[in-house]
Amino acid sequence: MAKVKGDIVIDVEKCKGCQVCIPACPNDVIGVSKNVNGKGYNYVETVNEECIGCSNCAIVCPDGVITVYRKRIE
Amino acid sequence: MDTVTKDDIRKPENLIYKRTNLLTDKTMSYCPGCGHGTTHRIIMEVLEEMGIQEKTIGIAPVGCSVLAYEFMNIDMQQAAHGRAPALATAVKRLMPEKFVFTYQGDGDLAAIGTAETIHACNRGENIVIIFINNGIYGMTGGQMAPTTLPNMKSSTSPYGRDVKLMGNPLKITELVAQLPGTLYVTRQAVHTPAAVRRTKKAIRKAFENQKLNKGLSFVEVVSNCNSGWKMTPNQANEWMVENMFPFYPLGDIKVNED
Repeated sequence: MAKVKGDIVIDVEKCKGCQVCIPACPNDVIGVSKNVNGKGYNYVETVNEECIGCSNCAIVCPDGVITVYRKRIE
Repeated sequence: MDTVTKDDIRKPENLIYKRTNLLTDKTMSYCPGCGHGTTHRIIMEVLEEMGIQEKTIGIAPVGCSVLAYEFMNIDMQQAAHGRAPALATAVKRLMPEKFVFTYQGDGDLAAIGTAETIHACNRGENIVIIFINNGIYGMTGGQMAPTTLPNMKSSTSPYGRDVKLMGNPLKITELVAQLPGTLYVTRQAVHTPAAVRRTKKAIRKAFENQKLNKGLSFVEVVSNCNSGWKMTPNQANEWMVENMFPFYPLGDIKVNED
């Protein structure tokens, strides 16, 4: 069966750390970073490799900082 | 199965979702987690999908979204407080081939601009009104608005809104749905991915109605105001589901035939 693997790229300098994306993710891929960005927000980052590229996080992100990629693996 | 590295996935042909180019590169001035940013983005996505960027004129209101023209990469005009529907009427009548929408908050549309809203809706102007309802005046510090819920705390009703003293909340969306001039009236939200997709469909339908010169479409988006409500964004979304939605139920209120 073909498997789908996804990945997200977060623009950490524009992320405001609102964390709305965290409950939207079905696989708990996103977590809060210990580090802060230039504006002083604790941005979000990927914490595991379970992303399926559903783009739920990108759709709820108020600042549109998430870019989503998805690849089918045969 | 071979191991797939992140570089294999992060290729242009695998791109699924990206922030639309119709938003400018400026960082939005909204608080973290505010529904305004999501709503801005889905409006711009709809315009991009319909290919009407250069034919659209947006009317920015007074309120948190007063700087909407800084973020939306389309022609925009700023209106006096509450007068966006009147200005949109003028723009649409002078340039009927353009797509015109107003983007207003509840303090703008339901308080100072009630007369303009109701009369534009009653005349059935061929425009789209997008109404962000968060139940308070967000920009000025969370004061009580006409849409504030009964017993809801705000900075000018610290013990909760007492309806005997301060009057009842105004459901302006239900009000304009009564008018014969409105064609499509709906209430949506942007707190979950499913809700955002439904809101996007509603906004798309509203612009399609304008394309066919059918009449006025009114899309209310119930949004959070986590700064004004003194909560974290996710707490504010939960509070909104528990308290706002029973009073402002989501769904279509008036639907036109396709």
